[in-house]
Amino acid sequence: MSKVDASETRPQPSSLVADVDRLVVVPRRNYGIWIGTALTLVLSFFILRAFAVNPAFGWETAAGYLFHPSIMRGLLNTLILTVVIMALAIIIGTVVAVMRVSPSPVLRGFAGAYVWFFRGVPALIQLIFWFNLALLVREISLTLPFVGEVFSIRTNDFMTPFFSAVVALSLCEAGYMAEIIRAGIKSVPSGQSEAASALGMPYRNILKRIVLPQAMRFVVPPTGNEAINLLKMTSLVTFIAVDDLFYSAQSIYARTFETIPLLIVVAVWYLAVVSIMSVGQHFLERHFGRSETRTDSWALRVIRSAFGSRAKEFSA
Amino acid sequence: MSNTPSENRARFGVPENSMVFARGVRKSYGPLEVLKGVDIDVPAGSVACIIGPSGSGKSTFLRCINHLEKLTGGILLVDGAFVGYDLRDDRLYEVKDDELCQRRAEIGMLFQSFNLFSHMTVMENLVEAPIHVRRMPAEQAKAEALELLARVGLSDKVDRYPRELSGGQQQRVAIARAMAMKPKVLLFDEPTSALDPELVGEVLQVMRDLAEAGMTMVVVTHEIGFAREIGDQLIFMDGGVIVEQGDPREMIANPQSPRTREFLSKVL
Repeated sequence: MSKVDASETRPQPSSLVADVDRLVVVPRRNYGIWIGTALTLVLSFFILRAFAVNPAFGWETAAGYLFHPSIMRGLLNTLILTVVIMALAIIIGTVVAVMRVSPSPVLRGFAGAYVWFFRGVPALIQLIFWFNLALLVREISLTLPFVGEVFSIRTNDFMTPFFSAVVALSLCEAGYMAEIIRAGIKSVPSGQSEAASALGMPYRNILKRIVLPQAMRFVVPPTGNEAINLLKMTSLVTFIAVDDLFYSAQSIYARTFETIPLLIVVAVWYLAVVSIMSVGQHFLERHFGRSETRTDSWALRVIRSAFGSRAKEFSA
Repeated sequence: MSNTPSENRARFGVPENSMVFARGVRKSYGPLEVLKGVDIDVPAGSVACIIGPSGSGKSTFLRCINHLEKLTGGILLVDGAFVGYDLRDDRLYEVKDDELCQRRAEIGMLFQSFNLFSHMTVMENLVEAPIHVRRMPAEQAKAEALELLARVGLSDKVDRYPRELSGGQQQRVAIARAMAMKPKVLLFDEPTSALDPELVGEVLQVMRDLAEAGMTMVVVTHEIGFAREIGDQLIFMDGGVIVEQGDPREMIANPQSPRTREFLSKVL
């Protein structure tokens, strides 16, 4: 900028204003975007056509199975598994995360080992391991001195497929949740707990009332992703014969050989549940972010939910 | 029962009206000795201002008073009693967490970065500790919070979140939050250092009002003008020791130690 002369700020003669108004802006041509758009349209056409014209997809067959009673039962089991496992994973994960930030090196070490193990071993292997726990431990019993045996139970009696699925996947998912919650706890500035200490709040209250609620804002978006991952991960329980959504579909197409239509049914249900979960995630995020986002417009919230957590970057 | 003010007064020669009493306070982090024997007397109802270059140990000393930092040596009594310990049979037993919290609740502290709970409204910030630490009924806590907010001139911000307030307003809310616990003494850790210059005045005004109302205050500050006007004593710390202390007006006008003179010439 050159220095502003006083004469430049004076009103201009109307002829100059008219002259400036007549100038036309020619937009820059972005050929790359045009070519990309054209290619994408062509590709979409071929994909849609492949779906539409290939009779092997069997859309009518798929539609017929969409609300089939055994598919419905499978879907219900998948949902129950997801909710129960996620709830347990959040509880166990919170405990492990609090241990990981504890002053005691033993607690920290134990929690670190937990995360290392349960995140490191593939979920499918953990699942089959718990299902076969009876090979390792024949029965579980509690014996107290002077009282004798309090109770005893054969492993095979309680390690049903459903129960081993819950145990295996909660422990595994808790490893991931622990890391997410720990990152959330670390994201709360240390001044917050310091101020709480100075007010005379005991450690457990500081965690419960000051640190964890603020950590939630950082924890909710990745937890939503984890819940969506978990929903899909529960399809692994098919391997130990829990009749979830995928298992129900499998047992139908094993009889009827309508493999593709039933896979479509499964995919449609997973997509539907994931979409509903995304909406729920959006409302949770809004609840825990209320001290940050209450000045946001309604439109911005819609954009944020559409783009997921990444939208935070440009609205911040 | 031990650790009673009267016993400590007799044993350690604590003056009758002492609020903060420190003798030979030392604090080390590993090999690094931050405090090398600090003696301070702050009578009840008076204002002590601590100045000094950064790294002189003045903030560490302040954090020792409410036991946010454990002493490595020496004794520190607030209102004649130990904060983190019970003295029995010539031994200092560390008190349980709950007991420490109850004693700490009587010592208010203000921070350079305000540290309001950012997920709570102004009102929630003010009633949190009275309700959950002091077990005060919610209605009473709210009524008292409103009174305090009026005192710091922020009655219209009751339902705002901290990030919607200016730095000066946040610090005034923080002062109201500390006052909600009815503390015996307020500790200020550079309360105006993070503020824009035009916001410093409103915070100092609130502190001035508190001092006039008879609040005992220990203030770590760079505001020499405030120290001169409000302070009953001025303490200059450097390298973990008290270099000079005395009447603020005399000390600022006529510093005895060359180090004090050099520091004052830089900040005045």
